[in-house]
Amino acid sequence: MNTLFRNLAVLAGALIGAAFLTAAPAAAAPGGEHAPEDHAWTFEGPFGTFERTQLQRGFQVYQEVCASCHALEHISFRNLGEGSGPFTCFPDPDAHAEDGHHAEPLCYENPNDNPVVRQIASAYMITDGPDDAGDMFERPGVPADRWPSPFANEQQARASNGGAYPPDLSLIVKARSGGADYVRSLLLGYHEAPEGLDVRPGLYYNEYFPGGQIAMAPPLLEGIVTYADGTEATTEQMAEDVVTFLAWASDPHRVDRNRTGLMVLIYLFVFAVLLWFAYKQVWSRVEH
Amino acid sequence: MSGPSTYEPQTGIERWLDSRLPIARLMWDSFVDFPTPRNLNYWWTFGGILAIFLMIQIITGVVLAMHYTADVSMAFDSVQRIRRDVPFGWLIQSMHANGASFFFLAVYIHMFRGLYYGSYKAPREVLWILGVVIYLLMMATGFLGYVLPWGQMSYWGAMVITNLFGALPVVGEGIREWLWGGFSVGNATLTRFYALHFLLPFVIAGVVILHIWALHVPGNGNPTGVSVKTKKDTLPFHPYYTVKDGFAIVVFLMIFAAFVFYMPDALGHADNYIEANPLVTPSHIVPEWYYLPFYAILRAITFDIGPISAQLGGVLAMFGAIAILFVLPWLDTSPVRSMRYRPVARWFFLIFMVVCLCLGWCGANNPDDPVLGTPLKFVTFAQILTLYYFAYFLVILPVLGFTERPKERPASIEAAVLGNKSATAQPAE
Repeated sequence: MNTLFRNLAVLAGALIGAAFLTAAPAAAAPGGEHAPEDHAWTFEGPFGTFERTQLQRGFQVYQEVCASCHALEHISFRNLGEGSGPFTCFPDPDAHAEDGHHAEPLCYENPNDNPVVRQIASAYMITDGPDDAGDMFERPGVPADRWPSPFANEQQARASNGGAYPPDLSLIVKARSGGADYVRSLLLGYHEAPEGLDVRPGLYYNEYFPGGQIAMAPPLLEGIVTYADGTEATTEQMAEDVVTFLAWASDPHRVDRNRTGLMVLIYLFVFAVLLWFAYKQVWSRVEH
Repeated sequence: MSGPSTYEPQTGIERWLDSRLPIARLMWDSFVDFPTPRNLNYWWTFGGILAIFLMIQIITGVVLAMHYTADVSMAFDSVQRIRRDVPFGWLIQSMHANGASFFFLAVYIHMFRGLYYGSYKAPREVLWILGVVIYLLMMATGFLGYVLPWGQMSYWGAMVITNLFGALPVVGEGIREWLWGGFSVGNATLTRFYALHFLLPFVIAGVVILHIWALHVPGNGNPTGVSVKTKKDTLPFHPYYTVKDGFAIVVFLMIFAAFVFYMPDALGHADNYIEANPLVTPSHIVPEWYYLPFYAILRAITFDIGPISAQLGGVLAMFGAIAILFVLPWLDTSPVRSMRYRPVARWFFLIFMVVCLCLGWCGANNPDDPVLGTPLKFVTFAQILTLYYFAYFLVILPVLGFTERPKERPASIEAAVLGNKSATAQPAE
């Protein structure tokens, strides 16, 4: 009777758990026509990492394509050269190919010393001030500056985009259910509208967008960027690269977190084993 | 059961302190030599786990408070700054946000433990009521804390919950304005929620002390429900239960760590990474998972009951679902504590547990959607479940006490533990 009851309780628990698990992905679909396509990312799982060259390509796509409309407000230039960021290490431009082996990449601990980060920052003009005379002035960017927004405010952004507001991208991967899979699916989800669907002027059919009609024109056209590392810029490649960059931007400590987590779990596991033997030893003194 | 003190000061300074402030004596009698039933199983370790989580929440919370800015124009950005720029901010923030979920998970297991083993029955009614007070305070604290990151779900969750109070007759409007500090959820709401979110955990800590005090007068219950009769029924708390609780705490922390480090957002909602916008309502406003069963009860009342509107009825049902726990010790009429010896009640308890989980499932789904493709809608399902929830307390438990024939209980804890084993074995204390 007791065992039967216990088994039934476990069975009920398992059924409920299964119901939650099966219901969760359905509930997680962002209300679009299709659930996002599952994609294998380098940063997934407990041992996932960001591949530096992919982040660099993704950054290039963001800078050359997305940045004309989408802000990256939680990112500063310095972030590009911190931790697992795209430019903490980069190939040495002075290394000669005839050396016959891959030259060591250049790495910078402090992004303020990082020539690539400084160069990216200095290409932007930042409004600063007021100066001693009380006037605002323009100066080239430094690593400490925030990424400048393409528009002065939301109203200006809407006015330039047919009323639609291009969302900030620094949290986009976290702010959409489906995460990186959803953003990638959306970027690749532009197709001919199904028979009978009337797409309103100024909108585009996208099978992954809630409601199916999106104001953003298909952003990734074959070969719209020329990758510095020679990778072929297919639509699929660009989508994967830019989403990887955006996944990093929304969670720049992801790799640190995974590494620390492994150490913490090993520590707790060893601690648990020791406590288990201590428990067995202490309780062996009494009948129980 | 706490009996005479067994503390003996060993050193001069201990004797000096003991005659002035016997705090070492209090600790010794409460947590070292406290007589504890020798048959406690792992369900009894959740009290210790909860104490640890209260400490984790307070410590991480105080650190977060040093970096957080309670202002509608800066709150969202300040949380991002914590996660990105504050050294180990990503860890502290993730521990605090996930810690709330694990705190609730542990408290739910602790409460179901109490329901199954009849921990609320005499002489532990006050202990149980203090527990329900802690649970209510936790719900308030959790809700207030969820508003602080000022994402879309923070804002709209605050809107929905504060509007619940507006549904109360006569005083509702006034209470709602008082909660808002204005005529809508805004900056004044955020600052007062922040102040209260900082205050309430210390109130919880205070009630926890009362809870432990109320525990240490009658002593722990135990899986048999049979009261402690002799010293042979008990073991000193230390080392027997410090080591057992310690093991359970570390195992629970491992599950916690898996979420903190590998799935920090799994228990949250993506919309809360969008800054609060009063002009855009999210398509589905859902609370955190630990409120979902009550959210389902709130939405299950879709009909007017006499003069009570459906909205007010929902609010009353939701608060009633918690309030009923306060009188549970007097609703359950059976003198038998543990459901091990209640062959009928345990089945109703099992159904009750499934009902609570299913209510949570209903709360997470759109009321008008069908349940797993069946013609049954979630709202109808939730209505049936709500009916059972209340019937369990108001009909099943009161009636079963009279109709059920309990199984034979062991004569003592010692007899239950030793069973057929040689009764000559003595605890080596």
